[in-house]
Amino acid sequence: MMDHTSPGTGRAAHRAATASLAVEAHGLVKVFGANRAVDGVDLFVPAGAIYGFLGPNGAGKTTTLNMLATLLRPDGGRALVFGHDVQREAQIVRQLIGVTGQYASVDETLTATENLVIFARLLGLPRRSARRIAGDLLERFDLTEAGNRPLSKFSGGMRRRLDLAASLIAQPPLIFLDEPTTGLDPRTRAQMWETIRSLATTGSTILLTTQYLDEADQLADRVAVIDHGRMVAEGTPDQLKSTVGVASLQLRLQAADDAAEALRIVESVLGVAAQLPEATLVTAPMADPERVTELLLSIRNAGIHLTEVSVQKPTLDDVFLALTGKTAAEEKGAKT
Amino acid sequence: MTASQIVPGAERHLKNHTSLLASCGNSLTMAYRGLLKIRRTPEQLFDVTLQPILFTLMFTYLFGGAIAGSVHNYLPMLIPGILIQTVITTSVVTGVQLREDMDKGVFNRFRSLPIARIAPLAGALIADTVRYGIATLLTFAMGYLMGYRPAAGLGGVLVGSLIVILFAWCISWIFALFGVVARTASSVQGISLLILFPLTFLSNAFVPVDTLPPWLRWFVTVNPLSHLITAVRQLANQGSIGADFWLSFGGAAGVVAVFAPLTVRAYMRRA
Repeated sequence: MMDHTSPGTGRAAHRAATASLAVEAHGLVKVFGANRAVDGVDLFVPAGAIYGFLGPNGAGKTTTLNMLATLLRPDGGRALVFGHDVQREAQIVRQLIGVTGQYASVDETLTATENLVIFARLLGLPRRSARRIAGDLLERFDLTEAGNRPLSKFSGGMRRRLDLAASLIAQPPLIFLDEPTTGLDPRTRAQMWETIRSLATTGSTILLTTQYLDEADQLADRVAVIDHGRMVAEGTPDQLKSTVGVASLQLRLQAADDAAEALRIVESVLGVAAQLPEATLVTAPMADPERVTELLLSIRNAGIHLTEVSVQKPTLDDVFLALTGKTAAEEKGAKT
Repeated sequence: MTASQIVPGAERHLKNHTSLLASCGNSLTMAYRGLLKIRRTPEQLFDVTLQPILFTLMFTYLFGGAIAGSVHNYLPMLIPGILIQTVITTSVVTGVQLREDMDKGVFNRFRSLPIARIAPLAGALIADTVRYGIATLLTFAMGYLMGYRPAAGLGGVLVGSLIVILFAWCISWIFALFGVVARTASSVQGISLLILFPLTFLSNAFVPVDTLPPWLRWFVTVNPLSHLITAVRQLANQGSIGADFWLSFGGAAGVVAVFAPLTVRAYMRRA
């Protein structure tokens, strides 16, 4: 815990001390009826970082984000954005953030250019600058050609990009992205990742929520795992993955008779304990991928035929299994 | 993709309030947005374009002979009545669209921007005066085509139009309140029309008051819309400003005095 509440620490001094933190939250609580959607979240996001908020649907990710973005009033605790209180200094906080919500936060009936120009005008830019920055952003997000089309003709990926572009007009030092790739196809998803990475190189802090472990792993410098409104783990993606374990190698055998021999070869070559969850399936933790070549050669030399080789990466479920002893789905089932 | 380095959050000097000038600017931008949306979805204007045309035609030929002896004699009485009915009904849209807007994702973005909290509401109210203007223009144009020649000339018609638009704007605060507090857009529409239907029909818009039974006559004479209709008739047909003009004016001001604070307070709690 930081000593921010200790007497004698003036607000200005405190602000200077926390200036390197983009977001600082203590005991955030939000209650909807009988549901404690966010139940005492502490959060420290260093300036300039990409920070991932990982959790299943309904874990409280969006609710937390909305409180930090001044869209929801916390029922308890407090949050600071670059040292400014999100409740008392909401209008300052709003000048420091860009928010891209889960659902299109742009006007469907207007064109991409009109949307951006209106947001830019609202941010106080004169008409000409508003047009210029709208043009620049459309170009940067590869939307120039679609600039004068109404949004109803946009694909999901284009809409997300426009949504993100709209959040960047004021060049905010802190950007909130609520599930930026949910529902996107793999190619568009990779593009969005690239965009997010390049945003971080401009010095912006990015706080994103996601349901995907690999997304948090790919993008985030630090990850907080949230479940039932509580933070269950926090750290770098590597620290997180080490609690989960490594990817698992899966070998599907042609004949069940070879199972015992295959198991023995896997254990001797990889030097780990292998398992036989099904009659023709051998699985083993894959700590060192380089030894897989050797393993496959040994298997061929032993005259064992494989029908399938695959690698199973740890999923969000594995994280929850490791952290809470239950999968996300089980947790959900237990709740309802 | 390139972008210049951004200014770090801790190095920015910012104020925690929005100036009056900026608030007005924000509201005008929101009004501009409202007008753009009308341009992009012209079907929104069906009510203000079709209603004056249809109602004026229908009521004139239906009631003209029976009430005024002839279609031509009925027009000076009917046109101001139809005008007020149409424009006031149009003001319901303010509430309906406000509700629709507040339910959309884009409203969250407005709330996350450092703009005056009141701007989306103010913008909607400003943009809607354009709808009232269109409805007014079409009603008078329709009347003119059917042979209505206001005795007071263009000046009277203009002043009459302005007071109708002003009155509709004042009334739209009521529907804006419904829009802010209601759960769905269709409920706003439903409640608003339930109130407006008796108000517009139980007035002196279509029939002379002295033909009504005493209890109804009482209601019609206290109905604020009757005073507004009389005021516009006097302006357009005689070019005179009477007590009804000032009554309407005062009534409209009263509505704003009561409903603007209520609406703003309800709205700010959600914005």
